[in-house]
Amino acid sequence: MTYIAKPKFQHPGLPKNDLGYTHRDYEGKVSTLCAGCGHDSITASIIEACFHLSIEPHRVAKISGIGCSSKTPDYFLGNSHGFNSVHGRMPSVLTGANLANRDLIYLGVSGDGDSASIGFGQFAHSIRRGVNMTYIVENNGVYGLTKGQFSATADRGSKSKKGVMNTDNAIDLVAIALQLGATFVARSFSGDKTQLVPLIEAAIRHKGAAFIDVISPCVAFNNHAGSTKSFDYVREHNDAVNRLDVITGREPITVDYAPGSVQIVEQHDGTRLALRKLDADYEAHDRLAAMAFLQKHTAKGQVVTGLLYVDPEAEDLHAHLDTVDTPLNQLDEKALCPGSAALDKFNASLR
Amino acid sequence: MLDLDIGMNHRLSRPLKWDDARLYDRGKVMTAEMLDEGRDFGRYLDVDGDGIPFRTYPGTHPTKGSYFTRGTSRDRYARYSEEGAVYADNMQRLLRKFETAKDMVPRPLQANAQKPTKYGVIYYGSTSPAMDEAIGLLEAGGHHLDRLRIRAFPFHSSVASFLAEHDFVYVVEQNRDAQLRSLIVNENGIDPVRLVPILHYDGTPITARFIAGAIGDHQDQLKVTPLRKVKS
Repeated sequence: MTYIAKPKFQHPGLPKNDLGYTHRDYEGKVSTLCAGCGHDSITASIIEACFHLSIEPHRVAKISGIGCSSKTPDYFLGNSHGFNSVHGRMPSVLTGANLANRDLIYLGVSGDGDSASIGFGQFAHSIRRGVNMTYIVENNGVYGLTKGQFSATADRGSKSKKGVMNTDNAIDLVAIALQLGATFVARSFSGDKTQLVPLIEAAIRHKGAAFIDVISPCVAFNNHAGSTKSFDYVREHNDAVNRLDVITGREPITVDYAPGSVQIVEQHDGTRLALRKLDADYEAHDRLAAMAFLQKHTAKGQVVTGLLYVDPEAEDLHAHLDTVDTPLNQLDEKALCPGSAALDKFNASLR
Repeated sequence: MLDLDIGMNHRLSRPLKWDDARLYDRGKVMTAEMLDEGRDFGRYLDVDGDGIPFRTYPGTHPTKGSYFTRGTSRDRYARYSEEGAVYADNMQRLLRKFETAKDMVPRPLQANAQKPTKYGVIYYGSTSPAMDEAIGLLEAGGHHLDRLRIRAFPFHSSVASFLAEHDFVYVVEQNRDAQLRSLIVNENGIDPVRLVPILHYDGTPITARFIAGAIGDHQDQLKVTPLRKVKS
């Protein structure tokens, strides 16, 4: 598949965004994943979100680790810089890139093996530091590249393709992200693009650590009866707490919402998130309540999806470190180097 | 000296100096202007034979200069490829880069004996203070050695010259397996007999007494008294 070049011709009537780009301008190379893989749906959702937001593709840095999920940045945003890093090391590479140039949009793509096992520490520290990024975990509960062993997010009691029962407890990355202080936490399902696309858009516009756990069934190794990450299981147990519309710009909200059914959340950059509540009890601004709700519903076997928590006043790592507005990689000697006189003074202070 | 002593800053360096005329060297960075001029950009394209290609900063240009960094299965333009020839081409470039690095890394420090000698000693790192002292002891005992303190790998070309200029070279290391000696043998294709390992690995810091004793003993073994002199 890798030798197949994607044809460049396109229908002249394709819709264009504010920049004059069509969605084709946000595509990458031909995917080499299995036909029907949930990850390809997430790729399509990322393309659609970036198209909707009229993001210049070259202003995005896409960074991943190792695994089926981490291959996907090659399949979207072909004009963006990409870095397929070491297994579980996406967060540190992303943090470094972000510190060097705060002006880019950082999109981290990882998997359950990458983030919940070998890169668990990296995941935790990038979240707790509040790195301004969209961190997407394409979560299928198995190691697809090595023939479907359970990963750390596989639910206890779920069955492998060969019928073996998983006896280990699952790591719920959403619960951990909430506990670690992520300022935007969502869960979605690769089979529900209507829910996923606005979540990605909102996460990209969020200034801080935005984490999205996307359940993405592995059609080759984890899509059978007894699996809790299959298309059928997630569809049956999906408990969406809200639906989201992302409104950019200052234009008035024209969508007709029933009174009292919508909560408008304004983020730092002026993006407004219209949250349509599906569960009247759910409050996306209350971290503790979100954690309790999640635990309660997970215990019942439900997969809670939607925008689970958002802090519209979030701050990112650059704010904590009080770095200058100019990206560090654009600073020259004059701005950075205090010079020989300062060094001599410092040397003298040590004598 | 222990590596711990170095880590705890228990040794002095000369005051650091800064040259105000010095400019930061960011290497071969291709800018948007260069891309617009039509310069051929390939992330792994070796344009001048040193094995070090141009790079671009992320976000440089809307349609040119971006690339996807991944593994080793890619061509000169960072495009994924599983072709053997493409892989070999990149490996050859890395060899050239390694060659380039040899003369860019910190050079070894050489100090010659008071008298011309065919013996040398190679050492590095925390062995240095003990070596300085050991050389004094050895000189006092009539053993003259040129010394070379290695400061980087890949080895600078002066390492090969040093080996060529001496019949026997002692390699003093604080490890059991003579790892530096193995590197020198492999990199220079030298007869291992000419490299005499002096190894210290009992957990205590190496001392000048140990070095001088081990080298002195070996030197004494090399001194063969002619049979006619023994008889007379």
